[in-house]
Amino acid sequence: MKLTESLSFRNIKGRPVRTAVLIALTAIMAMSAICGSLAVMSLRNGLGALEARLGADIMTVPASAVSKQDFENIVLQGSKGYFYMDRSYYDKIAEREGIEKISYQLYLASASAGCCSVPLQIIGYDPDTDFTVSPWIRKSAGGELKELDVVVGNDLSVFVGETITFYGVTCNVKAKLDKTGNDLDTAVYTDIGTIKRLIAASLELGMNDFKDIDPDKVVSCVLIKVADGYSVDEVLNDLNLHVRRTKSFKTTDMISGVSESLAGVSGIIGILMAAVWVLVLVILFLAVYMSVNERKKEFAVLRVAGASRSRLAGIVMSETLIITITGAVIGIFLGLLMILPFNGLIEESTGLPFLLPDTLHIIICAFVALAASVIAGMLSSLGSAKRISRIDTGVILRGDN
Amino acid sequence: MTITATGVCKDFIRQGKNTNKLTAVSPTDITIEAGKLYVLMGRSGSGKTTLLNMLAGLLTPSSGKVLCDGEDIYALDDEKLSRFRCEHIGVIPQGQTAVHSLNVLENICLSYMLYGSLKEREAAYPAARELMRKLGIAGLENEMPSALSGGELRRVAIARAMLRKPDVLFADEPTCDLDDENTALVLQTLKETAQSSTAVFVVTHERDAVGYADICLNMSGGSIGKQ
Repeated sequence: MKLTESLSFRNIKGRPVRTAVLIALTAIMAMSAICGSLAVMSLRNGLGALEARLGADIMTVPASAVSKQDFENIVLQGSKGYFYMDRSYYDKIAEREGIEKISYQLYLASASAGCCSVPLQIIGYDPDTDFTVSPWIRKSAGGELKELDVVVGNDLSVFVGETITFYGVTCNVKAKLDKTGNDLDTAVYTDIGTIKRLIAASLELGMNDFKDIDPDKVVSCVLIKVADGYSVDEVLNDLNLHVRRTKSFKTTDMISGVSESLAGVSGIIGILMAAVWVLVLVILFLAVYMSVNERKKEFAVLRVAGASRSRLAGIVMSETLIITITGAVIGIFLGLLMILPFNGLIEESTGLPFLLPDTLHIIICAFVALAASVIAGMLSSLGSAKRISRIDTGVILRGDN
Repeated sequence: MTITATGVCKDFIRQGKNTNKLTAVSPTDITIEAGKLYVLMGRSGSGKTTLLNMLAGLLTPSSGKVLCDGEDIYALDDEKLSRFRCEHIGVIPQGQTAVHSLNVLENICLSYMLYGSLKEREAAYPAARELMRKLGIAGLENEMPSALSGGELRRVAIARAMLRKPDVLFADEPTCDLDDENTALVLQTLKETAQSSTAVFVVTHERDAVGYADICLNMSGGSIGKQ
């Protein structure tokens, strides 16, 4: 028999308001499941990508930069901004004990004026000493960058082989990096030589943002790899003690801040999801219970017409199945519609790296959310189904008098 | 088909009073044979409906047996008993009984919604329409139960019970919502059904039903006796 001709379908169709409410409730449940799980997965992915891009044990920045609220965002996530310290600090740090590798980066924020294709963070690295950025630039670009070559973040709408202009200087896009789920996806990496050209060009254009900056004499951030036989804490304490006017951080600690925020956000998402599920399941349970109670006599009529007890339970369960599948599909669709196009906005509002899983994982996630919503919905009506299968037809029909 | 009840009785435990047992039907023996119209009368609360439900396979007796052609129906598992009821027993319950999400024609063909394909259900439509015509509710097939009067709903229930041409037809107060004209129509239909070799067992307060009965029974205080 066609589904639309079945008794369960007709019962559902015959009570449009109740059905709409139950479908809406299931949709909310499924939507919370898909949005919640995708959000948690994306945050974890973002953190993973962030960890992968940090190759240094310690980062040193000017002490004045630490007061900036967005310091971690600039260093860790590539948000637009810059700070500088004298190059001599780099030399002082290099002289300290326990340092295996040392390099530096220079930050430059492009302008939003007509001179630049897009406003973004430009990160300059020293190809001679770099040990953090070069490996994945080599991987993406297939070799070292030449002057005026840049590697762009995944979210920039330029393609390999195209050009991008900063302060009137045309740079060649050599590669696009993998997605990280944070502002690094809109950052541009290039070598110090190119950075110098860009600063000079900005000054020629009369933009005075960098007029006090001599790229040969300043650095934004020093990156340190601790030598074997030394502990990171030991070197860190040494740097904080002996290299004044700078502040050194353990990169794992910097990530642990993000990681803690992530755990907090994940916890809140989990609590909200649990609250929505409990609330919806209680309402579903009550709605099915009341609906079955209200239709007790109809079930007695079905019994008189020859329905077995298991058939009565089956009718209740299949009504719930149709409702929960419909609601869950709608909820998952709405959830994906909400989270997929707006993941950038979510990243911006949470300030946490947010990297959506790949399509396969999203599909798996959607199926799990669908199955969980349907199973939970079915479980909530199991009691009512069991109860109606035990009805005493004779007693119910007598009760009509 | 012959239904024989031997020593069937039904006790109810009143809610909240475990020790307060109410005997609705005292041990009763009764045989219902094909081709006869039985009319069971009695005061309210005398146990008529309880006895009917036990005979119809809807209420398990506290003790005793109900045999259909020698087979104890309560020894069957629920699936088999339900199927047996669907195919061999028609029941017109008390009051207004309908499934409100189905229209009148679908309500009459309800057993085909439970057992059978859409094709089989549609094949039953002509017979259902004929019953509707016979019972004076022709033209209501597409109406929903909420649009029907009490009397019309009674006749829908009667048509539903008669559609599969059951071997035994049980009717509990089939005329209670009907005017004199429709009461006569229904009783005549039940009589004709009995004459077509169906066993018909009617529980009623309707005095006029006696005139249609082959066997008249009276029930009092849970016990049955011939009038």
